[in-house]
Amino acid sequence: MQVYVFDNTLDGLLTAVFDSFFLKQQLVVLLAEGEQLPLFADEPYRVVTDSEKAERVWKGLEKHLSKEGLHMITISWLSEERALNQPLFNFICKVFRLNVSGLERNASDEDVLAVRNTCRRVLHEQLRMKQFIRFQKAKDGTYLGVVSPDHNVLPLITDHFSDRFNDQPWLIYDTKRHYGYYYDGKTVIRVTFENEASLPFDLSSGKMDADILSDNDQLIQNLWRTYFKAICIKERMNPKKQLSDMPRRYWKYMTEKNGQLT
Amino acid sequence: MLTEKTMEKLRILAESAKYDVSCSSSGTVRKGKQGMVGSTVGGVGICHSFADDGRCISLLKVMLTNYCMYDCAYCINRRTNDIKRATLSVSELEEITMEFYRRNYIEGLFLSSGVVRNPDYTMERLTAIVRDLRTVHRFNGYIHLKTIPGASQELLQEAGRYADRMSINIEIPKEESLKALAPEKDHKSIFLPMSQIQQGVLENKEDRRKFRHAPHFVPAGQSTQMIVGATKESDLDILKMSNAMYQQPTMRRVYYSGYVSVNTYDPRLPVLKQPPLVRENRLYQADWLMRFYQFSVDEIVDDQHTHLDLDVDPKLGWALRHPEFFPVDINKASYEEILRVPGIGVKSAVFIVNSRRFNRITSYHLKKMGVVMKKAKYFITCGELTSAFSQPIIGINELRPERLRPLLLSKAQQKRAAAEQQLSLDFKDEEDNS
Repeated sequence: MQVYVFDNTLDGLLTAVFDSFFLKQQLVVLLAEGEQLPLFADEPYRVVTDSEKAERVWKGLEKHLSKEGLHMITISWLSEERALNQPLFNFICKVFRLNVSGLERNASDEDVLAVRNTCRRVLHEQLRMKQFIRFQKAKDGTYLGVVSPDHNVLPLITDHFSDRFNDQPWLIYDTKRHYGYYYDGKTVIRVTFENEASLPFDLSSGKMDADILSDNDQLIQNLWRTYFKAICIKERMNPKKQLSDMPRRYWKYMTEKNGQLT
Repeated sequence: MLTEKTMEKLRILAESAKYDVSCSSSGTVRKGKQGMVGSTVGGVGICHSFADDGRCISLLKVMLTNYCMYDCAYCINRRTNDIKRATLSVSELEEITMEFYRRNYIEGLFLSSGVVRNPDYTMERLTAIVRDLRTVHRFNGYIHLKTIPGASQELLQEAGRYADRMSINIEIPKEESLKALAPEKDHKSIFLPMSQIQQGVLENKEDRRKFRHAPHFVPAGQSTQMIVGATKESDLDILKMSNAMYQQPTMRRVYYSGYVSVNTYDPRLPVLKQPPLVRENRLYQADWLMRFYQFSVDEIVDDQHTHLDLDVDPKLGWALRHPEFFPVDINKASYEEILRVPGIGVKSAVFIVNSRRFNRITSYHLKKMGVVMKKAKYFITCGELTSAFSQPIIGINELRPERLRPLLLSKAQQKRAAAEQQLSLDFKDEEDNS
């Protein structure tokens, strides 16, 4: 058993795959930098991320995997889960070692299933972003949506929003990862802010400051809250179902749940 | 212009519209267009919120007006009901829709209306709104339009060019019950517009084959709804009707709406403490079996079993009636056979069929894939003999269905069944005898 330590990037992980084949080491425990080493381990091998090696591994993957399989890797990577590293590493090694087509569909393999399920969770959350992002309109016509997803899903949803709202400038900001995407009516660009505290909205509730909120936005928010309350059938109350479809962690940025009717 | 008054109107009209359960925004994929706002995603659609009753909010479900000249007994908006009435102006409704849509609150509009003056007049106004939304506001999102029974074909033809989905509710599957509750309606007034829309869709398909840019006509097809528990119809009647509906090429969804006692004073209607939620749920499960699990309606209900079993789901019910079909060998059986095993859904069935190319599937794999082994273990064999799950000793054929059934009920259901048995020991008789 050999311990590899890598820098927690996808390129680093692919380099680790390259090195494990180059050094002919099969049983590898892959750890991200800063993770606790297992007891009685040998001196860990430090993976030096090399984009050329990573590129070669990726090219190899393209030959062995379907589009679906490649998506599984890139999308599951966005989960940013430490627990994914080992299964993903094993899965990629298996692709080369077993050399069979369609390995990504073998759900009876533990590593494949783990990557698959992580991928599914990420895709589920990107759908939730499409569902639950709420925009507020600023005086200058920009629409602002604030989120804090569990996984890094913003790159997966920008196409949807720029396609749907192609004539309105918007900013979607991730308060957990401190970056966002801004659409100016033509292109989507990634933005970060040096001084988050000076932003004209509240990071914990997502509410825009009253002085830059457009004139009738408060009224429309209240219309939505009214509608939300009115559409519920009292005889059928089912808060459990509501919570399972719309978990509480998303509520803080949602108009119908984060404010009282005024 | 939106004001505080709009808020009250929106509240009244949303409350009037909420008993229509249809909500989906699926069925058509339309990319965004330059100069227009909106897109539709197809597939599973997007639910933007979930109300406190757990139902999804995908479209802005609202009525143009809740004044109505009809007096249908099951409807909250019936003429004789003493409720608050309101009418949204055309510009108000359009503005609300656009502002909500731009803030990502909704996926589109679900517009319905009470019938005022006559069906054509009402339909005309609905059509005007969807036309305005598409041409003036350049709205490219989803529009679901309710058809008014009795409206003329020309109006349907025009509305269909702007709407994504049109629907008209059957409400009651048997005509005599419908006539008893809604004297102004009959089945002809419901099925005629349905077939007119269908004809329009099919003609449009033909046109689009010849002219690629011919405008779409109701691209997301039709849906309909039936009320459950307001009349004496059995599940057999209801499911037969929905099966007939699904035979039509443009019918995409049939919804079932557990009757909420809104008009308790009417002697023609039962007074229910609670809507029949379990029955509604079983009907949806049966519906799913017909659409995704390749069951035919005769396998789910027949003359001996006119009602669905409320304690077990219809798939398990079918399995208990057909022990000869089991056990199913996970490693050999076809996809269709695996789908029939209780505890295995579409997702795990696909997993199984894809994975068994690589190695034999064991119960350990099945558990990892998300199969509900608690149920499935009685109906399958999967190769390995030592597992506690798949020993043939405890399959359905060894236990017999009548002894297996109690094992599969949940704790609460078992308790209820036990309580019922106890009640059947009638002590009164003994006292009378003595």
